[in-house]
Amino acid sequence: MRIICPICGARDRREYYYQGDAVALQRPAPDAGEAAWDAYLHLRDNPAGVTRDLWYHEAGCGSWVVVTRNTVTHEVQDTVLAAPVNADNAP
Amino acid sequence: MRFSGLKLLKEGLTGNRGWEPHWRDPEPANEYDIVIIGGGGHGLSTAYYLAREHGLTNVAVLEKGYIGGGNVGRNTTIVRANYFLQGNSEFYSHSMKLWEGLESDLNYNVMMSQRGLINLFHSDGQRDAFARRGNAMINQGDDAVLLDRDAVRKYLPYLDFDNGRFPVYGGLLHPRGGTARHDAVAWGYARGADQRGVDIIQNCEVTGIDIENGAVKGVQTTRGAIRARKVGIVVAGRSGQVAAMAGMRLPIESHVLQAFVTEGLKPVIDHVVSFGMGHFYISQSDKGGLVFGGDLDMYSSYAARGNLPMVEHVMEAGMTLMPMIGKARVLRSWGGVMDMTPDGSPIIDKTHIDGLYVDCGWCYGGFKAVPASGNCFAHLLATDRHHGAATGFRLDRFRSGRGLMDEEGTGAQHNLH
Repeated sequence: MRIICPICGARDRREYYYQGDAVALQRPAPDAGEAAWDAYLHLRDNPAGVTRDLWYHEAGCGSWVVVTRNTVTHEVQDTVLAAPVNADNAP
Repeated sequence: MRFSGLKLLKEGLTGNRGWEPHWRDPEPANEYDIVIIGGGGHGLSTAYYLAREHGLTNVAVLEKGYIGGGNVGRNTTIVRANYFLQGNSEFYSHSMKLWEGLESDLNYNVMMSQRGLINLFHSDGQRDAFARRGNAMINQGDDAVLLDRDAVRKYLPYLDFDNGRFPVYGGLLHPRGGTARHDAVAWGYARGADQRGVDIIQNCEVTGIDIENGAVKGVQTTRGAIRARKVGIVVAGRSGQVAAMAGMRLPIESHVLQAFVTEGLKPVIDHVVSFGMGHFYISQSDKGGLVFGGDLDMYSSYAARGNLPMVEHVMEAGMTLMPMIGKARVLRSWGGVMDMTPDGSPIIDKTHIDGLYVDCGWCYGGFKAVPASGNCFAHLLATDRHHGAATGFRLDRFRSGRGLMDEEGTGAQHNLH
């Protein structure tokens, strides 16, 4: 599996650390309540198909990358830097 | 049909023409007391114990494929009870006892082989941790023997004891651990459940779960609607999709775990050997193949096949530990889909929907749990109370933070197990 880093280009999967579902970019407010925090930390859609997850280009430029990927075929469809996405999600 | 030595001899001498199918192939009825979604090891053992221990036989097991075709046929067949934490410890101990009586209970040869499992350690600190684990196992009533380096050498003379990265300091021997023939376990439970009246319905995929006023009423399937008073979801690997039919989200991410088998060799590895530091474990099947695996590929996947970096990592770990296997040729590799929970421990619980129950989140340890998972889930389905050996597997432990069972001690969040 090769993942296209928006800064470095296509790189081997081994250069990346996998964080998990890109829900991690939607951190609830501290007082959002137990249900919101449970959903953020634990509950997952876990789709068999297209998903968005977060990878860290650990052995490359150090960017966090949002990867749109198919969990059934391992096809990587799209990658964008997480920083602007994160800014858009800021409360 | 009962199996016996006499029957084997008679059939062997008469061309094996007298064997019958091990279970019926019934049409689904319109209604059952209990519908089990998923005909894997856990679903079949649930049905078996519902019938045997609770007298509930108006039960159907719905399997979207064929019996033995899912994760129960995609594992590395290891059976053990070497857990440390309360909650896990008594459960796997319960499972081991069921394993030990399984063949006579089912009248079926599951090739249970208690050949002993050895977990290697590679530092003073790790030895102390393993001594503590061994004591926990003994306190639970199971067996554990701490082996020093010389004792390991007697059991496993072929290891590279002085390898540069992880020299072998010793091991924790679990004599009752071993292996069982995985698909025979599925077949044996299927046959036992069928004999007691359970309908095992293959090629029947559940497409919807009917819920009215907060209570389950039945399921929609590719073979029509089936009403049920209670429904159990036992579909580890696909738990998220089936739970979504009931509008639920689960604390589960599906990951791929790869395994490998070599060509058949003469007997060379007599035990199950686990090399945790290198992410490698191995045993030899009765057919002679070396069966081995490593860690998760570490990204969510339903592909049932992995990527090459983990293949390389597992091979390197194997060569580090036991260079003698380097000339064995790998015959095939495969991937299983793992229901990974945040703390690495499973879930056997009711849901917020009346009559809907889940048994899921088996992570990479589902096979050894097959007897106790079914036994405890059947108890919950039949009595609405948790079995004493499975009180810790609550669905709400992540939300409440109470009773998390993080056996590896890495933290109770996704991606750390």
